[in-house]
Amino acid sequence: MSQLAGASGARPMDRLRDALPRIVLSPSVAIVAVFVYGFILFTIYLSFTNSRILPDYELVGWRNYHNLFRIRAWNTAVVNLAIFGLLYIAICCCLGLFLAILLDQRIRAEGFIRTIYLYPMALSFIVTGVAWKWFLNPGIGLQAVVRGWGFENFSFTWITDGKMAIYTIVIAAVWQTSGFVMAMFLAGLRGIDNEMLKAAQIDGASSFVLYRRIVIPQLRPAFMSAFVVLAHMAIKSYDLVIALTGGGPGTATELPATFMYSYTFTRNQMGIGAASAVIMLMTIAAIIVPYLWSELREKK
Amino acid sequence: MMPGVSMDNPVAARSRGFSPGRIVLYLILGLFCLYYLLPLYVMAVNSVKPLSEITSGGMMSLPDEWTLAPWRAAWSQAQVGVEATGLRPYFMNSILMVVPAVALSTIMGALNGYVLTKWAFRGSTVLFGLLLFGCFIPFQMVLIPMARMLGLMGLAGSVAGLVFVHVVYGIGFSTLYFRNYYAAFPTELVRAAQIDGAGFFRIFWRILLPSSGPIAVVCIIWQFTNIWNDFLFGASFSDFDSQPMTVALNNLVQSSTGVREYNVHFAGAIMAALPTLLVYIVAGRFFVRGLMAGSVKG
Repeated sequence: MSQLAGASGARPMDRLRDALPRIVLSPSVAIVAVFVYGFILFTIYLSFTNSRILPDYELVGWRNYHNLFRIRAWNTAVVNLAIFGLLYIAICCCLGLFLAILLDQRIRAEGFIRTIYLYPMALSFIVTGVAWKWFLNPGIGLQAVVRGWGFENFSFTWITDGKMAIYTIVIAAVWQTSGFVMAMFLAGLRGIDNEMLKAAQIDGASSFVLYRRIVIPQLRPAFMSAFVVLAHMAIKSYDLVIALTGGGPGTATELPATFMYSYTFTRNQMGIGAASAVIMLMTIAAIIVPYLWSELREKK
Repeated sequence: MMPGVSMDNPVAARSRGFSPGRIVLYLILGLFCLYYLLPLYVMAVNSVKPLSEITSGGMMSLPDEWTLAPWRAAWSQAQVGVEATGLRPYFMNSILMVVPAVALSTIMGALNGYVLTKWAFRGSTVLFGLLLFGCFIPFQMVLIPMARMLGLMGLAGSVAGLVFVHVVYGIGFSTLYFRNYYAAFPTELVRAAQIDGAGFFRIFWRILLPSSGPIAVVCIIWQFTNIWNDFLFGASFSDFDSQPMTVALNNLVQSSTGVREYNVHFAGAIMAALPTLLVYIVAGRFFVRGLMAGSVKG
């Protein structure tokens, strides 16, 4: 921290000069105060009102929250988020770690391979959704192709099957982000103290033991970051569902983000929509606030 | 963050040359390359073949008959909104949206980062924390009030409204980048310039800005990718004629009228992907740095 402001001058010009940094910062502070925190308060308020197509400012207590958990689509969305979130985080972490360890073995063309693993991260979820939507479509995609190869009985209809459709969201989402998780773990691997590894190696430890006992425990910070980033992305997932399945078949792939949008803007149940958004915010805050807290405090 | 040269990995050093293990290793890495490239291959190869070749089970094969008709259709003929304009006007909307939004949020982020590190005051860390939290909120929390606010400001359903929204929610990350970068910048230089009588803006302009190239690139790429790829704000706050590319692509693909022209969809998807993909290929190093700084400490 560096305090550079000079002795407070008596003349107005000096005072202006001293205040200049704060003046420069103030538009951003005002914007965030209104458009982030003000809006959060507004939406929280709406979640306690009987707002339908337009905001209504009369309070109705916890009614929207009570009703929310009686709506079948919302419960589906919550269960789906649990399934999707857990699988998405677990698979991305396993695959990311696996690929990072493989890429850390003095691979020729490492940079090239890394570029290929990571490029999906530059794409829009809508593009990813379109590509996987038609690739998983039984009529023209994978199933049709494999049948064309002579396996007449091959069947892959997850995307049109209400019970399995949520897993197609996992497939596409993992494809998009696992390369990024790989990059995070690779950066972590490169930061590990080599002396300790060499010592253990001289003691005759096998590669497997080295990784399990020494390398992976040291990747804790990378795991933490990956978890926070992935959990936060899972809760916010919206575009991918819209492009891949549109929430269907039926409500089979509904997530909280798609539920909020459809209840607020197409079903005109703004109070219910606001309540679902508040629950999303609480879930994310429970993950992000402790993380930001520790990150910012450590720096001092 | 991600060193280009591979460091000494003693575990790896043990096994070099061409043992069977190394061959399996390369085989696995190669298979995963195919896995990540597969959707891109599917999009590319099917965007240059006639529809009949796709519907007859030939999605994975190279075209028998090569054609650019799907690209022409996606660009200027396909029915996206009310009229059959193709994706071109929406591509232009995205450009009109992304350029000012990236410029404004980057400039504000640079100034904020400068104040927060070199002119820090009591409570500025808390202020930064509050600013940063704004990046992570689910934007569903702001959709309802923002829709009303844009209406009050006369920006509803316009590209200008989208620019405004993206600047507002882009400040957090751009501030994060510049703050972490300027924190490592020697404060003595700033102090010396101050003793020489240089003012707030002069110090920024003459001393910090000239060495801000790398972080500016990181920030611009990050903002560009995020804003170009945004769907939620575009879908919530745009009218038929101000939709960004992602929303238009989704409308094209989901439209249920007429024959589903998969080849046109794939061509459109590549068009939507091309700008960010190009940036990634040209400046991938900076893209990765931005990603990492957004998750790990900078």
